[in-house]
Amino acid sequence: MATTATVHAHAAPQGFIRKYIFSLDHKVIGIQYFFLALTAVFVGMFLSLLMRIHLIWPQAVLPLVGEIKPETYLSLLTMHGTIMVFFVLTTAPQGGFGNYILPIQLGAADMAFPVLNMLSFWTTFVGFVVIIAAFFVTGGAPLHGWTGYPPLSAVQAAGPGEGLGADLWITSIAIFCLASLMGALNFITTTLDLRAKGMTLMRMPLTVWSWFITAILGLLAFGVLLSAGILLLLDRNMGTSFYLPQIVVNGVVMQHKGGSVLLWQHLFWFFGHPEVYIAILPGMGVASQILSTFSRKPIFGYKAMVYAMLAIGFFGFMVWGHHMFMSGMSPYSAFIFSVLTMCIGVPSAIKTFNWLGTMWKGHIRFQTPMLYAIGFVSLFVSGGLSGPFLAQPVLDIQLHDTYFVVGHFHLIMGVAAIFGIFAATYYWVPKMFGRMMNETWGRVHFFITLAGTYAIFMPMHYLGMAGQTRRYSQFTEVAYQAKLIPLQTFMTYAAIITIAAQFIFLFNLFYSIFKGPKASDNPWESTTLEWVTATPPPHDNFGGVTPVVHNGPYEYGVPGASKDFVMQTDPPVAGAGH
Amino acid sequence: MGLALMALIWLITLVSTYFFVAKTWWLPVGASAATGFIDGQFALTFVLMGIVFLAAQLGLGYIVWKYKETPTSPPVAYSHGNTKLEILWTALTAILFIGLNLMGRPVWAHERLEPADADAVKVEVTGMQFAWYFRYPGPDGTFAKTSVKLMDPSAGGDAAVGLDTNDPSAKDDVVTGTMYLPVNREVDLSLRAVDVIHSFFVPQLRFKQDAVPGLNIHMHLKPTVIGDYEIACAELCGLGHYKMHGMVHVVSQEDFDKWLAAREAEKQ
Repeated sequence: MATTATVHAHAAPQGFIRKYIFSLDHKVIGIQYFFLALTAVFVGMFLSLLMRIHLIWPQAVLPLVGEIKPETYLSLLTMHGTIMVFFVLTTAPQGGFGNYILPIQLGAADMAFPVLNMLSFWTTFVGFVVIIAAFFVTGGAPLHGWTGYPPLSAVQAAGPGEGLGADLWITSIAIFCLASLMGALNFITTTLDLRAKGMTLMRMPLTVWSWFITAILGLLAFGVLLSAGILLLLDRNMGTSFYLPQIVVNGVVMQHKGGSVLLWQHLFWFFGHPEVYIAILPGMGVASQILSTFSRKPIFGYKAMVYAMLAIGFFGFMVWGHHMFMSGMSPYSAFIFSVLTMCIGVPSAIKTFNWLGTMWKGHIRFQTPMLYAIGFVSLFVSGGLSGPFLAQPVLDIQLHDTYFVVGHFHLIMGVAAIFGIFAATYYWVPKMFGRMMNETWGRVHFFITLAGTYAIFMPMHYLGMAGQTRRYSQFTEVAYQAKLIPLQTFMTYAAIITIAAQFIFLFNLFYSIFKGPKASDNPWESTTLEWVTATPPPHDNFGGVTPVVHNGPYEYGVPGASKDFVMQTDPPVAGAGH
Repeated sequence: MGLALMALIWLITLVSTYFFVAKTWWLPVGASAATGFIDGQFALTFVLMGIVFLAAQLGLGYIVWKYKETPTSPPVAYSHGNTKLEILWTALTAILFIGLNLMGRPVWAHERLEPADADAVKVEVTGMQFAWYFRYPGPDGTFAKTSVKLMDPSAGGDAAVGLDTNDPSAKDDVVTGTMYLPVNREVDLSLRAVDVIHSFFVPQLRFKQDAVPGLNIHMHLKPTVIGDYEIACAELCGLGHYKMHGMVHVVSQEDFDKWLAAREAEKQ
């Protein structure tokens, strides 16, 4: 049995600075993370817009940025990838919604370590400032891609942006790693120690499970990336040769020798593959929560869902080599990595099956959070099914480093994860800000975004099949690739429309926060603990009351119950699962 | 709303599938011995994943339309799941995914784990920002030594790959900017890079391998159709990555011999 959450660790602060800026309240910190990620996602999206424009109109002179040169294009893609992966896909679902919702869903008054929580947010914020600074230094932002493979990332002479810009890029990632480690410790401790009475592990909402498992992955993965980044900084600035054999760059023989280029790839992907699950697991949790709520049915196979997430987390650490089939790594190891990669498809398939099973014979309500959860399932299927192509080394010969890969990871860890974030936003904003978002604009935003993202990313699979290599700033130099430009043009138009539609979301969010209709305590008729308390929740979450849990998290449509949902704190109902 | 969502999901699914089935954009025509197996494995994977894709997406669309909440909806099927179905589903997926994977082993093993044929043509591929160089060992069949200290990419040719001209076997080494290969004969490639990582990608030969500084990677392949094939660098290597382009000319054995003899003659 979990330890009962006791009195709140800190009193409600009075001053503006302690209340809204250096706050210890997990709810304020969650909102801070959310707005940081919102800023980052619009920056990252703007960079992608510039990239799409450059690919089609390479000579275009754009306001603010001027003409985009090939090296500028590479800087844009590096910064787009890095900002999106770290400051959006890791920050919003875990730092934002995890911080806000996890303690409340557990029945706790706050995170286990409020000061550490504040510190982790402000560390993340510094990391974001540092990476943005890379745009403004001499030479500009680095061009080595978000994966930062040395020697390109390790030698200043290898290209523009590989000077101070690259140092700032690595420093920012190192800072982000520190922040994520602090956050991970907090999530794990809170989940294990601060559950309300009756909140057994197997009564935790699947969102809590997803944040908990994500935190464990973060704890194990970010430490490795931090070390790898420090070694890279040393190679760049202190003359070490961790990643550098003897090489000649621009006709100059470098002073490094004896290092291993592949070492970075192993360390990076040992972090990088779990990172994919760090981005998508919270989305799986949110989708499960919302599909059950809006289908008015218990989640199909709760335990299977928990075990599937644990399996994904476990296997997630054993498949990093599938990013390296073409790298020159021992070809024997490709067998092992590819079989393990196929294994990870199995729990992913279980989850999809269970989501469909949850909706089957339910009472589906089409409010915006549900639309996004359904969109998540569709995108997860589409993005997931290209996995078994890439996991086969013989097919990877053709597909590695082509647009097929770009399409695959954008659908699954980009767009599907973003749909999880949108679902969470439409679902929890009423609780967080006390006001409902506009349904009509939510639906318009959803339909354009679903159709638009498919129009952008599905054609990438065709391009990859045809051999279109990624990270090319122009396709005119290779004859067979130039023939594919019409499809690229289509994708650029689709991107412009989809990006424009995101301003509908932005307007809806800000308008609703201030002017939307007041939200009730439980507008979606959900069952978990955040819907038991007031909207928005008081400083200590439950207003001095400690909730006691009697039921499982998804008791909808229990036969014989007085209403179609049983809250976790309701007295146990005969016939329900507990 | 349910109908609109079903319509959109079905439309996306069917349009996406159409372009895969119609092969509007598809693998380029293959020209190497591995083509048959790789293309077959592609087709098999497409059929299997396509069935799952269609079933899941069309099913998703159907479910959201069929089970929308209405005032007359029957009570929900209250259930926490079905263990038998879960086990069945898990087992099927595991067999499908892992089976597909095991099938691909022979070709991978042949190209990478087994040595090249004894009569294979030896070619060394060297990548540098932003060009490819190809070295043939000449009649002595031996590549001369190279040295990082002798590399001068701006000079091109022998100096670009750092050929040590004091080595006696350097006399007949031929370094070119274009690759010639004889048809239907195995090619024993060794791949190197002088500055950053590059990747030697020839889509029509179904071949890709990174060239990595500090490593000398051996691979072999067999071109089977005479023709000219483009090389595209597939690993981000700097600002000129998009124009790090080259050509492979697959020619008859006689033409290859003539071409190589002419290069040897130029060198003397």
